Amino acid sequence: MAQDAGTDTPELAAGEGVRRRDFINIAAVSAAGVGGVITLLPLVSQMAPSADVLAESSVEIDISQIKAGQAIKGVFRKQPVFIRNLTPAEIAAANKVPTSSLRDPQSLAERTKPGKENWLITMGVCTHLGCVPLGAGEGEVKGEFGGYFCPCHGSSYDTAARIRKGPAPLNLEVPEYEFASDTVVKIG
Amino acid sequence: MSFPWANEYKPQAPLMRWLDEKLPLPRLVYNAIGAGYPVPRNLNYWWNFGILALVCLTIQIVTGIILAMHYAANATVAFDSVEHIMRDVNWGWMMRYAHANGASAFFVVIYIHIFRGFFYGSYKAPREMVWLLGVVIFLLMMATAFMGYVLPWGQMSFWGAKVITGLFSAIPFVGEPLQTWLLGGFAPDNAALNRFFSLHYLLPFVIVGVVVLHIWALHIPGSSNPTGVEVKSESDTVPFHPYFIVKDGWAVGAFLFLYCAVLFFAPNMLGHPDNYIPANPMSTPAHIVPEWYFWPFYAILRAFTADFFFIPAKLMGVLAMFSAILVWFFLPWLDKSPVRSGHYRPTFRKFFWFGLIPTMAVLFYCGGAPAEEPYVMLSQIATAYYFLHFLVILPIVSSVERPDPLPFSITEAVLGKDHDSLLAPQAVPVEKSDALRPAAAN
Repeated sequence: MAQDAGTDTPELAAGEGVRRRDFINIAAVSAAGVGGVITLLPLVSQMAPSADVLAESSVEIDISQIKAGQAIKGVFRKQPVFIRNLTPAEIAAANKVPTSSLRDPQSLAERTKPGKENWLITMGVCTHLGCVPLGAGEGEVKGEFGGYFCPCHGSSYDTAARIRKGPAPLNLEVPEYEFASDTVVKIG
Repeated sequence: MSFPWANEYKPQAPLMRWLDEKLPLPRLVYNAIGAGYPVPRNLNYWWNFGILALVCLTIQIVTGIILAMHYAANATVAFDSVEHIMRDVNWGWMMRYAHANGASAFFVVIYIHIFRGFFYGSYKAPREMVWLLGVVIFLLMMATAFMGYVLPWGQMSFWGAKVITGLFSAIPFVGEPLQTWLLGGFAPDNAALNRFFSLHYLLPFVIVGVVVLHIWALHIPGSSNPTGVEVKSESDTVPFHPYFIVKDGWAVGAFLFLYCAVLFFAPNMLGHPDNYIPANPMSTPAHIVPEWYFWPFYAILRAFTADFFFIPAKLMGVLAMFSAILVWFFLPWLDKSPVRSGHYRPTFRKFFWFGLIPTMAVLFYCGGAPAEEPYVMLSQIATAYYFLHFLVILPIVSSVERPDPLPFSITEAVLGKDHDSLLAPQAVPVEKSDALRPAAAN
């Protein structure tokens, strides 16, 4: 038993129970495993948006020049954002639709700020596969529901930018925003 | 492994003998693609597409390394650096056209290689591992090609990147964070371009590695052949060199002739004009389509327009698109017929020529067409048949079909007679053979 000297107690050398060496093996492999997994963390997380990308994640936009019925395209997180000044007729059209009939049920009031229901602010990113819908620019087609129309796969949005027809699953996303003043909106 | 009658490597020159003792690399090559590898004597031209794929991979790696010397993977200058390659770099236009059309040529060759496998049952035992590794190579090729197409940072590059990474957003719960993580931002930008360049440079060498495994796995049972009958004796084979080196050389010449015709006379035929417009995150091109080699799978993606039970249409399309390739992994077990070659399988052959091939043609066409009727309905029908073919028709056909009689050997198939066949029992229909008789009757 010379080769076992110093590692096993006499009763364990007889082949019963856990040897001290088993404990050392498990401890060593566990430490290496935990260390390996922790090393993966920076390797994976380096691919997430970097600090400068995140720093661009809020933007202030002047809306004083947008007349009723007009819309502008802003840039938020390097993606288009639509800011639209709804006409009373468009607000009425949006409120006339029963929300229960919608694919993604939401009322216009839920998609705007109280007292500012004419300001419809949404991402200009189709919820299907991310194309930019038409309808914000002057003279662009607005689709059969008078809101936005995505030319890629034919999704139509209404005047509250809610999905009404086509493959997109959700309404155009309303980003987080607040009115910094009556003429400036801060998105993000 | 090889057949016992394979030629043995015997180096003559003292230097080669010295090298053989220290590092037997020439011996490895001799046994892999030299006179030491016996191949079936009846291989037809469809068997040249393996070497052609290797030629394409070489063209892509050589031209790609050269392009990387002149390209800048930065969103502000990437488009300009490609124009710099086209206009200013000596022979840059040729390198870029060779690389862009080389990708198309690679996919033409690989599709023929894959469909050769479908028809001749190359995926069957004992070559399942060859097939599985081949599907892995195809997936790696698709990833590499997609990321390469993003690099010029034109309109199609940008919106292709957005739509394809948008596929991941269909995954429930983790989809949106996953897409942001893949892109390193909320939309494709510098971070995405940089990592795509890094991976686009890396993946071809991963492909080289898997190709080595693919050929290694192939050389264990040896090449299949058009009869699907395994090699029985030395008269069934010829040495790879010089017989198939010469035939492959002829095929490479013919291939280069066609490749150069496109490269020099119609280099933009397979591209999209919109990709000569710099990427603009504010405006989507009216008609987004991927490169032609993705069309069948893009058609399957777009075929799902309505929610499927509780699964949203968008997720269903993504699942179907990936399943269309993943189903190939199960092919060796879905097709249970012991007969490999479609030549001896009358029912299978009909479904191959009049089912699978027209379906693929429809999917190819619809994938490149706008998302409107009748193309959507055609894609839906073709998608349904596609999955039906692999999941239902192949298993049923392989169990009910009565195959035609096989030749005794490759030699008999080629020469009309094989002296060794006189030693074998006379062929009898399977229902009269001893194999099905109960053991108790003996």
